This record gives sequence, structure tokens and C-alpha cells, in this order.
Amino acid sequence: MHIRRHGAALLCAAIAAGLLAGCAKRSSEPLVGVFMPLTGPTADFGLTTRDGIQLAVDEINAAGGINGKPMKLVIEDDRGIPAEARTAVTKLVDQSGVVALLGDVASSNSLAAAPVAQMRKIPMISPSSTNPEVTRAGDNIFRVCFIDPFQGYVMARFAAEHLNAKTAAVLWDNGSDYSTGLAEVFKEEFPKMGGKIVCDVVFRAGDIDFSSQLTKIRATNPDVIYVPGYYTEVALIGRKARELGITVPMMGGDGWTSASLIERAGNSLEGCYHSDHYSADSDEPHVRKFVQSFTKRYGHAPNSLAALGYDAAWILAEAMRRSEDLEPASIRKQIAQTKDYPAVTGKITINPERNAEKSAVVLQIRGKAVHYVTTIEPRK
Amino acid sequence: MQEFLQQLVNGIVWGSAYALIALGYTMVYGILRLINFAHGDVYMAGAYVAFFTAGALGGLAMGSPAGALVVMLIAMSGSGLLGYGIERIVYRPLRAAPRLTLLIAAIGVSLFLEYSAQLAFGSEPRLFPQLVPARTVVSACGVVISNQQAIIVAVSLALGLGLQFIIHHTSMGRAMRAVSFDREAASLMGVNVDRVISFTFVLGSALAGAAAVLVPMNNPQILPFMGVQPGLKAFVAAVLGGIGNVWGAIAGGLLMGIAEIMVVGYLASSYRDGIVFAILIVVLIVKPTGLFGSPVTDRA
Amino acid sequence: MLRGGKALLVLGLLLLLQLTVDPNHYVSRVLLLSCFSVMLAVSLNIINGYAGQFSIGHAGFYAVGAYTGASLSHFGREWMEASLGLASFPAWLADSAVLLAAVVAGSVAAAVAGFIVGLPSLRLRGDYLAIATLGFGELIRVIFINIDRVGGARGFSIAPINSIFWIGLFTVGIVWLSRNLLNSRQGRALQALRDDETAASVLGINITSYKVMAFVLSAAMAGCAGALYAHFDGYLQPDSFNFIRSIEIIIMVVLGGLGSTTGAVIAAVVLTVLPETLREFADYRMVIYSALLVICMLVRPQGLLGTSEFSWASLRSRGKETGGGLA
Repeated sequence: MHIRRHGAALLCAAIAAGLLAGCAKRSSEPLVGVFMPLTGPTADFGLTTRDGIQLAVDEINAAGGINGKPMKLVIEDDRGIPAEARTAVTKLVDQSGVVALLGDVASSNSLAAAPVAQMRKIPMISPSSTNPEVTRAGDNIFRVCFIDPFQGYVMARFAAEHLNAKTAAVLWDNGSDYSTGLAEVFKEEFPKMGGKIVCDVVFRAGDIDFSSQLTKIRATNPDVIYVPGYYTEVALIGRKARELGITVPMMGGDGWTSASLIERAGNSLEGCYHSDHYSADSDEPHVRKFVQSFTKRYGHAPNSLAALGYDAAWILAEAMRRSEDLEPASIRKQIAQTKDYPAVTGKITINPERNAEKSAVVLQIRGKAVHYVTTIEPRK
Repeated sequence: MQEFLQQLVNGIVWGSAYALIALGYTMVYGILRLINFAHGDVYMAGAYVAFFTAGALGGLAMGSPAGALVVMLIAMSGSGLLGYGIERIVYRPLRAAPRLTLLIAAIGVSLFLEYSAQLAFGSEPRLFPQLVPARTVVSACGVVISNQQAIIVAVSLALGLGLQFIIHHTSMGRAMRAVSFDREAASLMGVNVDRVISFTFVLGSALAGAAAVLVPMNNPQILPFMGVQPGLKAFVAAVLGGIGNVWGAIAGGLLMGIAEIMVVGYLASSYRDGIVFAILIVVLIVKPTGLFGSPVTDRA
Repeated sequence: MLRGGKALLVLGLLLLLQLTVDPNHYVSRVLLLSCFSVMLAVSLNIINGYAGQFSIGHAGFYAVGAYTGASLSHFGREWMEASLGLASFPAWLADSAVLLAAVVAGSVAAAVAGFIVGLPSLRLRGDYLAIATLGFGELIRVIFINIDRVGGARGFSIAPINSIFWIGLFTVGIVWLSRNLLNSRQGRALQALRDDETAASVLGINITSYKVMAFVLSAAMAGCAGALYAHFDGYLQPDSFNFIRSIEIIIMVVLGGLGSTTGAVIAAVVLTVLPETLREFADYRMVIYSALLVICMLVRPQGLLGTSEFSWASLRSRGKETGGGLA
């Protein structure tokens, strides 16, 4: 009886102690919380973004940190699950005492986490969550990427104006919030510009067979095919499309961005276009410096997720440098005042909706490489 | 019409893969009355074996039919070995246990293989090497068939026939049928039940290993969780055809593939996965013995 | 079990917690998440443990409850405020009313789903039933992805109502109900049909209705948990209710001991809290769980606690007899 009772009491105590360990004391060094998927099926997105953030923080600290104090990161893995993202942010705020947050990559995780940051009044910058809803959680939630509607709009305009396309097919992943967002806006904008959507079919992340969707598309004979998915599926779609004799160009969004897309797709995506946050072959000195130091450190060129992580960390650091104290409220105020910041992914101004106002680039795959085609400005 | 014929071709190719995987389920179920949940993951393992074998062989394996055959045989051996190991380590000690225990263990093995693969190989999908470069072999009336698609169907058919031969015309096949019919009686008649069960696992797993080379050949991407959906769907195919029945599994696989493709082509593409489970539930409620199955009392 | 005095004590304690503790603090969050795990594990234990059926689609019922509850409060709150005069009530009372309505709706919807899934169980046994429930769980997810009104794949955001009192009360209620079921006529009937269906039916137990009852009750409990969860986080996404979620619940039930509510409760709490403290090992988590599952089946298929239950009474008497011990 005694052992059992004491055992139970001890268990409870151990659980409580484990959870309370290291409980909320704000350290003198400014702590920044990072939450993203570092394990699980979407780990690669989180890991790349973290690399970009880490590079920025090391540069920031080498350049004197935040007014003499080094900026420190506390990194939590949320496994890419919304409820876990919420728990991770709660932990970062309550246990670690962070003054600002960077995360998440995927919109669904940011959507789950943002209300906590807002409730606790801790500013949060998402590097790459493009769903419009994310920053509507409140005045502490920011982002440094453009939003889904803009990317859909960019490619609709590009198709109508640059490719003179009259008809388009859309092939999208209805299980992904990202793909859904891009596809919806494209389907809305393209007809406004005089085009017609002739085929609208979906797939699911993880599918490897697209023959049926593409056969259906082939029968409608569109001028372009819009495929706002991630590079792994896009590569398979490209191959199958060419096998079925479909020759028209395909277009996509920043989900196409990957060093391995061209290898995966073989020659099948030659001449295809996609929208992106930045072009790694830009001539601007600060972009080249970033690409060089990232490549030197990690052994491969940065993709746009790495670039957005890098930008988010720098924008946060600049805001922290400007804030009179290192309290979350003043940091929040300074992030909101970010104007014309020369980021790697374009000049960033944070607008009153706390979104980044910036342009998008359209890139084309040509001869085993990705080339810059044009820049499309935000719509006024 | 063109479109329909092309979709039919797509469906048959896609269904052939299900058929090969379904054969493994059907054989194991026929003999042990166990849904081998790990079967889809044996398929996954076969794909990784093929991936690394092709990588190790390098140029030798690419482009030549002989190279592709070697890769396939090694993948089949790898899968067969894994199937043998799973049976030996997990299922055999549990043979006398309640079926629920066995089922939970099977789910455990399946998850263990998936997450171990994720740990070992990473979660990013790998690009499967081009064993046989794609070439169009038929292009008539708007219907396009590639050499890869033709190979998939031909090899699946050949393996199905081979299996049928083993089951009906060899002594091991006779032993398998005996064990399936009545394990105890078979053992009293001098059949080495352990060996027969091991053989069944090896054979079924090797067929999954063959599918694991054929499918990525045409859709060149593999990942740790690639076996989950095909595993479930192939199981549904086996149930649809009447579990325990070789031709039933093949017919079920083809029907399932065609159904999936046609739903995308002519109904709602977003219900591709939904249709499979809808078919399953309807079959289980209306005719649990499947299209070609013989009634087994334990099932209903 | 829970006599008047104890019930009052629980109510008082929960009320005290509600008034003094920040429900959004990290520690409260983890403990509340454990409550959800407890509700799910205990409810699944009714199907898988008591009745000896096997469901691997429990996350489906959870999802039905969550989405129904969330829809009711999201689309129906204005109507409730207007027609029932909720707007004039104090905020906590209005919130509680909305939450309770959502819980009722979620439980009823999940119970209906449970009835539908339970029906095939009349004809199917063991592994076939398992596959059918799995199919159901996947189908539910596909359906929610395709409903635009609740956000599809983007997820569904609603105004959160986070209440320690209500979550705690329903957790205690579900555990209490499940424990009492065990020793009731219905509970004994379920166990009888688990142990031997033919014998049970010879004894005059209506197998059909008891199996369906187990599904309906269990699903209703999961639906209740789902509706509470929807308001706890204020955000739902179809993929959170996938196959893996169902498996996590099964692991809790199996490791705790199929048929033991006590075991399910302990396993649910441990398997929710432990990974929190071991975040950096997330990669290994599922590998370890699955290995544990296999080893448990090989070595101790009845689970850690088997079907034994904890109770204060037995604790007291055992203490007197043996002077303690970890039995």
C-alpha cells in the first residue's frame, strides 16, 4: 500500500517536475524561439529553413549581435503536426521565455500556433507560410513571404500575357492547403484575364500515378497546365505527361523549388515555368554573398525556403536592434515598421496586414538549369 | 473513345501492380488466416533494395534488360528474406495465440519497418534509377503504351502463371494447399508445416519485391511510406477477388486499378482513395467471400 | 464507485483549477492533452478491450465529433445567441452553453457513425472488421478534405473555448462511466461475447445489439472528446485524424492492457507526457512504440496491466492483507 501510494505520488511529482523544469525566467540574452518540422514527412522543409536561420544568426552575432548581446535560438521540433506546433510554441513562451518566434514553414502549423503567440503577445514571423489566414490571427503575427493569392495571380497573369494562353488545365493537390490556395486563385484570376479553365483535376500528396489525370487533361487539349504542387510530384507528373504525348508547357509555384527537380524530372520539364521568391542567379551583391556563404557552409545552393528563413531572422534582428528595450511589445512595433528592407528575396515592406509586400519572379527551366524570366510586381 | 481506351490501359497497368501485391496477401491469408499488415512494407523494402542494388551496379544495371532482371531478382530475394525473417521472428511464436494478438503484432511490424526506413533512408522521396528507358511501343488511335507499361503487365502475368504452376503442379504447392485446408491434418500426414509456411512467406514477399521494381520503373519515386496505400489497396483487391484465391487476387487487383483510374477520369478525382474503401465496405457487407472466393465460415 | 461526496470533491477541485490555473500555460496544455488521450484510450478500450472487437479507425469518430462540434459552434453560435438570448448571459455561461451544445452534437454525430460502422461487425470478425474500420477512418478523412465549408485541407479555425473544468469533468465522467460499465450487466455481456461468442449467445445474450452498443458508446465518447478538442485548440485539420492517430490510441490501449480502464488511463498519460520531455528523440518515438507493440505481443500479450483494475477499495484491503506491493 505504501509503495503503491508513494509510487503514484512520485510519478505525479516526476511528471510535474519534468514539465516545470527550467520554467520561465527571461534570460539577459535575447532568446528567439524557432519551431518547425525537423522530423517526420515534412522535415526537409524545416531543416532547410533552419539552416537559413542559423546562417543569419551567426552573421548577426559576428556583427555584434543585438546591440552587443548575442542573439540566441531555442529550436523546437513540431513534427509538422498542427497540435504539436501549438504545444511547441506554448513551451517556447512559457518554459524558455523567448521574446520572439520564427516559424512555421507550413501554413497549417502556423495557423495552429499563431493564436498562442497572439494571446501571449510574443511577435512571430513566419518565413514561408503563404496562407492569407495566418497573419489574421492578430497584430503580433507577421510573415516575410508573399501570400498564396499572389502566386496564383502571378502565374495567371504570366500565362495570359507572356504565353498568350487561352485555355488552361489545373492539376492540384486537394489535400494540401498550399496547393489548394494557389489553384483556387489561379482558377479565379485566369478567366478574368480572358482565359478559360478547361480541365480541373486533383491528386494527393504521395501519389505516384498520374496517368489518369493527365489522360483526362490530354483530351481537353489546353494551352498550358498549371501544377501548383511540390517538386517530387511535379517531376513524376512531368515525366508522365511527356510519355502520354502532352507537349504544352507546365507552370507551377514555389513548391517546384528544389535542387533535385530537374534530375527527378529528366528532360520532361524543359521550357516550363514557375513562380518563386527569388532567383539564386541574381546579380545583386547581397544575394550573391548569401548564396556564396550558404553554399560554402552547407555544400549546396540555398533554395527559397533557406532564403526566406535567412530573411526572417535578419528582419527580426534589425527590429530587435531598433527596439528601445528587448521586450516583445517594442520588438513587435519595430517589425511592423520594416520598410524597404533589402532582403535576399526582394525588397520587403511589412504592410498594415503584416504581410510582406514584395514582387515575385518567374523562372524557366532551360538546359538543366533554372533561369530568370521576369518579375511581377504586387497588384495595387 | 480514345480517352476511354487510354484510361483502360492506364487502369490495367496500375492494377497489375496491385495484383502482384495482392497475391502475397492472399497466399498468407490462405495459410495462416492472418492479414499480414507488414506486406506493404515488404514491398517498400524491396524497392529500397532495388534502389541500392542499381546504385551499386551503376551503369551495368541501366538500359540493358539483363541488368534490370538482375536488379529485380536481387530485390525479390531481399523481400523474400525479409518476409522469411518476419514470419520466423514474430509470427511463428504467435501461431497459437489469439488472432487479435497476431493482428496487433502485424501492425507493430508494419509500423516498425516504416519508421525504421524513415530513420535509415530519410523521409525525402528518392529518385528511382531508370532501369529501362521509356520508349513508346504502341501509338495507335491516340492510345499510347510505353515499353515500361508493357513490361509491367507481361511480367505480372508471367509471375501469376508461375505461381499458379507452383501451387498446382509441385509437391510444395500440394503441401501448401494441404496446410491451407487443414493445418493439423497436414502435419499429421507428414507435411512439414513450418517449412511450408516459411516458403509461402518467401514466395509472397518475393512477388511484392517484383512489384517493387516494376512500379518505380514506371513511376520513379520511392519513400519509406510508399507501401501503406498500395498495401491497403492490394488487400482490398485480395478481398474483392476472394481471399485465398490466386486468380481472384489478380482479377481483384486489375478491377481495383481500373476502378481507381476511372473514378479519376470520369467521376471525382478527389475520391480516388475513397472509392477503394467504399468498394471494400460494400464487398464486406454484401459478399464477404469476394467475387471468386469459396465460403469460409470463420470470415462471416 | 463515485458517490455523492466524491463527486462533489471532483467538482470542487475542477472548479478551483478552473479559477486559479491558466489553461493555456504549457504545463496545463500538456496535462489537458493527456485528458484527450485518456478519453480516446478509455473509449477505444470499450470496443477493443471489453467487447473483444478490433477497431483501427478510432480517429475517424474523433474527427466526426470534432468537426460536428466545431461546425455547430462556428455556424450556430450567432443563432444560439439570438434565439436563446445567450448574448445577455455572462461570457463564461454563454461559452459553456455553446461548448455543451457542441459536445452533445459531436457525441450524437459520432454515435451515428459508430452505429453505421458497428453494423458490419454483425457479419465480420477480427481482422476483417479491423480493415473495415480502417477503411471508415480513411473515408472520413477524405470526406472532410472535400468539404469546403469546413476549410478542406486548409483546416477549420473556430473561436476557442478552453476550459479546464469541462475537459476535466468529461474526462472523469468518461473514465467513471467506463469503469462502471465493466461491472454492469451490459459490461459483463460484452466480456462474455469477447470470451466466447457462441457461449454468450447460448446464454441468451443478444450479440448483435451488444456489439453495436459497444461501437455506439465508444464512438459517442470519442466524439465528445473531439468536440472538446475542437474548442481547445480552435483549429482542425483533416490530416490530424489520420491512420497514425488511430494507431497511437491503439498503442495506449494495448500497452495498458486490453480491457483495463486503469491501464488505458496510465498508458494514455505516460505516452502523452513522456514524448514532451523527450522531444529531441521524436525520430525514434514511433520506432520505439512499434517495437514495444511487437515485443509486448510476444512477451505479454495481455498488456502491462492485463484486465486488472485499480480501485481504492481493493487497495485498502490488499494493504491490510499483504502490507503493500506492486501487484
